[in-house]
Amino acid sequence: MIQSLIDWLEGIGPRIHMAFFEADRWKLYLQGFGATMQLTVVALIFGVILGLVVAMVRTAHDQQRPGRRKNPLLGFLNALCQVYTTVIRGTPMLVQLFIWSFVILRAERNKILVGFVGLGVNSGAYVAEIIRGGLMSVDIGQTEAGRSLGLNYLDTMRFIVIPQAFKAILPSLGNEFITLFKDTSLVQAIGGMELLYYAYTLGGRTFDYMPPLIGIALMYLVVVIIFTWLQGKLERRLRQSDRR
Amino acid sequence: MIVVKDLCKSFGDHLVLDGISERIRPGEKVVVIGPSGSGKSTFLRCLNLLETPTSGSITFEGQEITDPKADINAIRRQMGMVFQHFNLFPNMTIRKNITLAPVRTKLMTQAEADDTATALLKRVNLEEKADAYPAQLSGGQKQRIAIVRALAMKPKLMLFDEPTSALDPEMVGEVLEVMKELAEEGMTMVVVTHEMGFAREVGTRVLFMDQGHILEQNEPRFFFDNPREPRTIEFLSKVL
Repeated sequence: MIQSLIDWLEGIGPRIHMAFFEADRWKLYLQGFGATMQLTVVALIFGVILGLVVAMVRTAHDQQRPGRRKNPLLGFLNALCQVYTTVIRGTPMLVQLFIWSFVILRAERNKILVGFVGLGVNSGAYVAEIIRGGLMSVDIGQTEAGRSLGLNYLDTMRFIVIPQAFKAILPSLGNEFITLFKDTSLVQAIGGMELLYYAYTLGGRTFDYMPPLIGIALMYLVVVIIFTWLQGKLERRLRQSDRR
Repeated sequence: MIVVKDLCKSFGDHLVLDGISERIRPGEKVVVIGPSGSGKSTFLRCLNLLETPTSGSITFEGQEITDPKADINAIRRQMGMVFQHFNLFPNMTIRKNITLAPVRTKLMTQAEADDTATALLKRVNLEEKADAYPAQLSGGQKQRIAIVRALAMKPKLMLFDEPTSALDPEMVGEVLEVMKELAEEGMTMVVVTHEMGFAREVGTRVLFMDQGHILEQNEPRFFFDNPREPRTIEFLSKVL
């Protein structure tokens, strides 16, 4: 029992060496890590822009003054946004990626590009709901105070509601970033060359899956820990106005 | 200054204001009292269209504000409003709270607005709080800031929606003092309040509302000393 543990520990060094250092394989991980980060950042930017637009349409629609004729264009856009969030949040991410890759964008060879679209569209639906929740969480009295001073709707949103909403949604937004960052590994399933793709391929090539997979798991973990720490710092800074 | 005609407001099936007609003249200090749920806050909030009336019309200085084409932002700039829960903007300093609206509506430049803010803060003895955030102030201080924030827009009329109801008892006085000074300067005011002492001392007219109607109104001394309606007498016997 103890002997087998010692044997295992003796073997681990060469296995790690084979997985990461032989033939400069670490460069492939680095390449994969770069692709993963790129997927995360591009999809997040895409998702936040999409989410902001959807959230604004939906709150503007819900906050139309009662008793006046509803804006038909806004009604149409709102319905469209509702279909979008329902479909995206109601179907599995991997299924969506497969549909993008093998149905809608089947002519596209660059699967990372397909990943941008798939992850971004997916993230947008979640970010939209986060932002909408944030905008609605700001006390209605804040909007009333802004409007009663004669500020118009956009100024009230820009200077009063959105800054407060942003502070409120930062934890959820950070959470979404973390989820998105880890979900980029699904792009491996459609052949996107990101971190998991390289680890999986190298595991197959060396007939030893353990070191590459544990290795990238640690990489994901470290990034998430660093990000969580940064987020905490930002939140503390934004809480400045709460100090008494 | 304000003419209200047959104002009705219902929330769903619930009729809150039932055909109110009233006229408020320049310089008047109208105090609205009544039991909770009587529609007095809704009446006040209709005056600057924070609530959209279900029917009826409101005219402010000859302009019908209930007309869908009326520029509601321009009208609101001329009416200050003070809320029960202050509604200061917690993400801004006090100075920014006061200067935001005058600057964004192009009423003043930032420098002019800053000067105005300093003068207004001095007036309520809070000039040292200019760079503090709302969370650092007491309730009474917040409400005094909320009043001067509204005054920074140089309104022609001030609306107060239970300005002292959320305050600790020992802070009520400082807020009423500011309102009293404002009244003495000739500001037209409509005040929804439970402060009967204030109503008697500062008000030029008291409106008693019950179940969406203005049941009785009079000058304060007659109103408090000789109420006519049984409902008014019952209400006053409970609060005085």
